[in-house]
Amino acid sequence: MATAIEEPALERPAWSATLHEWITTVDHKKIGIMYILVALVFLVIGGAEAMVMRFQLLWAESKAVPPDFFNQVMTMHGTTMIFFAAMPILAGVANYIVPLQIGARDMAFPRLNALGLWATLFGGVLAYFSFATGGAPAIGWFAYAPLTERAFARSAATDFWIIGLLVSGVGSLSGAVNLVTTVLTLRCPGMTLRKIPLYTWMAFWANVQILFAIPPLTASLIMLLFDRLLGAHFFDAQAGGSPYLWQHLFWFFGHPEVYILVLPAFGMVSDVIPVFSRKVIFGYEFMAVATIAIAFVSFGVWAHHMFCVGMTRPADVYFAAASLVVGIPTGIKVFNWLATVYGGHLRMAAPMLFCFGFLSMFVIGGLTGIMLAVTPMNFQLSDSYFVVGHFHWVIIGGILMGLFAGLYYWYPKITGRMYSERLARWQFWLLLIGFLLTFGPMHVSGMLGMPRRIYTYPVDRGWELWNQLSSLGAFIQAPSYLIFVWNVIISLKKGQPAGDDPWDGWTLEWATTSPPPSYNFETIPTVRSRRPLWDLKHPDDPDWKYE
Amino acid sequence: MVGFILLADGVSGAQNLSIFDPASPSAESIRALFILVLAVTGAIFLLVEGVLIYSIIRFRPRAAARPAAGEGTEPPQVYGSMPIEIAWTAAPGLIVFLLALILTRAEYEVRVNPDNPPPGAKPLYVTVIGHQWWWEYVYEKYDGRQLGFITANELHIPVSEDGVPRPAYLTLLSADVCHSLWVPRLAGKTDLIPGRTNQMWFQSSEVDLYLGQCAEYCGTQHAHMLLRVNVDSVAQFQAWLDNQAKPAVDDIAVREGRDAFLSQSCINCHRVRGTRAKGTYAPDLTHLMSRQTLASGMVPNTRDELRKWVANPQQVKPGCLMPAFGLSERQVDLIISYLTTLN
Amino acid sequence: MSSYAGSFAAPGGTGDVSPVARHSALTPAHVGMLIFLVTEVAFFGTLIMTYVYFLRQSTQGEPNPSQVFHLPMVIAASVCLFSSSATIHLAERALRQGRRHGFLGWWGLTIALGITFLLGTVREWADLIGTWGLTISRNLFGSTYFTLVGFHALHVTIGVITMAIVFGLAARRQITEQNMTGVEVVSWYWHFVDGVWVVVFTLVYVIGR
Repeated sequence: MATAIEEPALERPAWSATLHEWITTVDHKKIGIMYILVALVFLVIGGAEAMVMRFQLLWAESKAVPPDFFNQVMTMHGTTMIFFAAMPILAGVANYIVPLQIGARDMAFPRLNALGLWATLFGGVLAYFSFATGGAPAIGWFAYAPLTERAFARSAATDFWIIGLLVSGVGSLSGAVNLVTTVLTLRCPGMTLRKIPLYTWMAFWANVQILFAIPPLTASLIMLLFDRLLGAHFFDAQAGGSPYLWQHLFWFFGHPEVYILVLPAFGMVSDVIPVFSRKVIFGYEFMAVATIAIAFVSFGVWAHHMFCVGMTRPADVYFAAASLVVGIPTGIKVFNWLATVYGGHLRMAAPMLFCFGFLSMFVIGGLTGIMLAVTPMNFQLSDSYFVVGHFHWVIIGGILMGLFAGLYYWYPKITGRMYSERLARWQFWLLLIGFLLTFGPMHVSGMLGMPRRIYTYPVDRGWELWNQLSSLGAFIQAPSYLIFVWNVIISLKKGQPAGDDPWDGWTLEWATTSPPPSYNFETIPTVRSRRPLWDLKHPDDPDWKYE
Repeated sequence: MVGFILLADGVSGAQNLSIFDPASPSAESIRALFILVLAVTGAIFLLVEGVLIYSIIRFRPRAAARPAAGEGTEPPQVYGSMPIEIAWTAAPGLIVFLLALILTRAEYEVRVNPDNPPPGAKPLYVTVIGHQWWWEYVYEKYDGRQLGFITANELHIPVSEDGVPRPAYLTLLSADVCHSLWVPRLAGKTDLIPGRTNQMWFQSSEVDLYLGQCAEYCGTQHAHMLLRVNVDSVAQFQAWLDNQAKPAVDDIAVREGRDAFLSQSCINCHRVRGTRAKGTYAPDLTHLMSRQTLASGMVPNTRDELRKWVANPQQVKPGCLMPAFGLSERQVDLIISYLTTLN
Repeated sequence: MSSYAGSFAAPGGTGDVSPVARHSALTPAHVGMLIFLVTEVAFFGTLIMTYVYFLRQSTQGEPNPSQVFHLPMVIAASVCLFSSSATIHLAERALRQGRRHGFLGWWGLTIALGITFLLGTVREWADLIGTWGLTISRNLFGSTYFTLVGFHALHVTIGVITMAIVFGLAARRQITEQNMTGVEVVSWYWHFVDGVWVVVFTLVYVIGR
C-alpha cells in the first residue's frame, strides 16, 4: 500500500495553475460554468449586433449602416444567438445541474464533455473568423440556397460560417450523447426515470431531439460545402439541384431546434415554480408525457416555415394542423404551471419573478405562433416583422426568462453566494419593459406590410414610428443584460454566503454543499420519490405515499 | 388598440400596406380568418393571463406572515387531477380541430387553380421572373388574346368591375435566388424559387396603386426590390397594353442619343424592342418612361433621377448589379436624351 | 459538509453504481455507442433521403448509373463487407471464451475484409473518374453518388483504423475477456456500418440504375 507521496511544489504562479486547471478540466461543473461564460460573451456580441440593426432602422432610408454590413450583422446576429449563445448556455446549465439532480458524480464521459465545450467555442471562433475574409457572410441565419452558392456568396466567409457550424455541431452532438447516456445509466439508486426532476427530464428530451435534429443539419452543411468547394450540384437549380430541398432539410433541423432551446427553459421553470410556490408540481405525469409529445411531434411540423414556397394544398393543411397540435402539450404545461402557482405560498424572489415573466410572455408568443400556423394567415405574416416579433417573443419572453429563472435559482448552488436581489429586479423590469417595447411594435409593422431582413425602408410606408419604438425598446433592454453580467460578477465577491439549501428546495442538488465538492456527494444518495428532500423534511408526509 | 385603428383606416399621409385593408377576395378571406383567430387567441390570452394575475395577487406573500425557509406550514400539496388534465387537454384539442377545418377552407379559397378561372372571367396571365433586385413581367395573355411583351418593376392589371372578374394569374419564376412577391392588400405572398414554378393571383375591384416588396432575403438590395401594382380601369389597362405592345419610340430628334446608347454596353443587358438592344439580363427599357419609378420603385422616374442612375447606379442603389460605366457627362446627356423619349 | 450528507444511506448500503449498471451488462460505454449510432442513423438518413429525392434526375443525366456501374465488382466487395460482420462476431465470441489467438485471427480477418472493401471502392472510383469522367462536380448523379458512398467509405475507414488499434491493444494483452467493452462497442459500430451498406447498396446499385 502506498504511503503519502509528497509532490514537489509547483513553480507556477497561482493564476497560471488555475488557468491550467480550468482548461484541462473534465469536471462537469467547471465545464458547465465555462459553457455559460462562453455563451454570455457571445450573447453580448449578438446583442451588439442587434443594436447595430436597431440603430440603422431608426429612420427611413437611413444611411447610417451600409446595406452589406447590415446584412452581415443580421446573419451573424441570428447565428450567434442560436448556436453560440442559446445552445451553449443551456448545455452549460444541463452539464452542471443534471448530474447533481440524478445523484451522480459526473457525466458518463467526462473527456467527451470537455471536447464538446471546446468544439463549441472553436466553432464560434471559426464562424467569426469570417470577418477576416473581408466581411461575415450575408446569407441570413437559415442560409437559403442558392444565395449561399459560390455564384452569389463569393467570398470564403460563407465557408467559414459553414465549417464553424459543423465544428460546433460536433460539440452539440457530443454533449447530447453524453447527457442522454448519463441520464440513462448514472441515476442514483431508487431514482427510476419516472422520478427524475422535471428539469432533468426536459433537458434529457431536448438532448434526444439534438440527436435527431443536428445530424441532418450536419449533412446539409456538408452538401452545401461540397457545392461551394467541390463544385457539387445539390442546390444548384441549373444542374438539376434543388434550392427547395435546402429549405426542407434546414427546417427539418430548424424547427426541432427551437424546442431544443425551449424545453430546458420549460424544465427550469418546472423546478422553480414548485419551490417558490411551496407546492409540488401539478400533474407531473402529464408534464412528462407532454414533454415526450412535444419532442416527437416537433419533428413533424417543419414546413410551417415554408408555407409560401408553393407546396401542395394538402401539404399546407397537414403542416398547419400538425403545428396546431404541437401547441396542445405546450398548453397543458402552461395550465399545470398555473395550477401549481394557484393555492401556493408564493415567494417573489428573482427566480419566481422571471417565472412569472416567462408565463405571461410565453403564452402570448405561443398564441402568435398559433396565428402563424393558420396557413392563409401565414401567407400574409410569413417573412414579415410579425414573425420577427413572434420568435423573439418566445425566445426572449420564453426561453430567456426561463433561463434567468434557472440561473438565479442555481446561482447560489454554483457559486456559494447569493446574488443581489436588487440588481436582479432592475434587470427584470428593464428587460420586461424593454422587451415589450422592442417586439410589440414589430407585430404591428409586420401587419402593415414590413418584410424582414431589410436594411432600410421607404419613407412613405408608415413604418417609421413602429421601428423607432422598437429601437427605443432595444436601448432599454440592452442595459438589463449588462446588469445581469454585473450581478454575476459582483455577487461572487460581495454576495452573502448561501449555504447548501437557501431556497428550501426538494431536489438532490440542494443536498450537497454550495458549491458542491468535486465528487458532488459524500455518499451517493438513495431516493424514494421525486422530491427526496421533501421526504427528509416531512418524514410524516413523504411524497412517495402519493406518487 | 391604437395600432388596430391605424391598421383598419390606413395611416394618413403614408401609403397603406395593411393586411387589414384588403382590396381583393383572397386578402379579404385572410382578414376574415385573422379576425376569427384573433378572437379565439384573444379569449385564451385573457383567460390564461387572468388566472395568472389573479393567482399572483391572491397568493402573494403577506407581509405579516412571511415564513422563512423551512419554517411555517406548507400549503396543501396537490399532486394532480386526472379529470382536470383530460379536460384541459380535450378543450384545446377541440379548438385545434375546429381551427384546422376553418383554415382548410380558407386555404382552398385563397390558393386557386389558374387553369380554372371563374365563369365569365377575363383573366390576365403574366409570368413574373424575380431578379436580384428587380422584377421582370412577361405579359402572356389577356382575355384569350396573346400579348407577348416584357416590362419591368411596375405591374398593371385591369380592375374587376361590372360583374366581370378580371383575375391576374401570375406564374412565378426566379432567374437567380429565392424571392417572394408580397403586395399585402392584394394577396398573401408567394415565393419565387429557382427551379420551381409557383402560382399566385390578384383580383381587385378598386382602381388604385398597391405597394409591396420582395419578402425573401435575396442579397444586398433586398430592401429595395419594391413592387408597384397598378389596378387600372379597363380602358386605361387596354390603352396601356396597346402602348406596351408597340416597339420603342424612334424620335429622330434624339438619334444621336440613341446611337450613343446603342454603342455602349447597355445593350448587353437591356432590351429596347425595335433596336439592336436585345439584352435579357436587365429591365426592358422599351417603354421606360411609362413607369413612375426607377430602380425598382426606389426613386421617382424624373430626368434628374435617371441621370443620376445612368451616371452611377451604385450611388443610388449600392451593390446593385449595374456597374458605373465611367461615362462622360456628354455621353450621359446623350443617353438620357434618348431614354426620356421611350414612352 | 452538507446537512443532508448522511441522510441518504440506504438500508442495503450505497454504492456508486447506478441502477442500470447494476442490473444489466450495459455500461455507459455501451449505451453511449448506441446513442451515437442513433445520430449516425439521422446523418445517413439525410444523405439517403437526398439521394432518393434526386433519383429521377440522376438517372437522366450523362453519365448515369446504368451506364457506369459494374455490378460484379461491387457485389464482390459487398460480400466481403457483409461477411466481415460474421467474422467480427466470431472474433467477439472467441474473446469472450478466452481464446486470444482465435480472437486475433478473426479480428484480423475482419480488418482485411474491410480493407478489401475499401480497395474495391478505390478501384470503382478510379474507373468512374478515369474512364467516365464522373466526378462530384460533373453532374447531379456524381454529386449524390460520391457523397453518399463516400461518407459510407469514410465510416468504413474509421472502423478499420479503430479495429487496428484494438488489434494492437489485444496483441499486447491490454484487451482481454475481462475488459471487452471496447471490442463490443466497436463491433456494434461495425455491424451498423454494414447495415448502412445494405441500404446504400440496394438504393444506389439496384433501385437507382
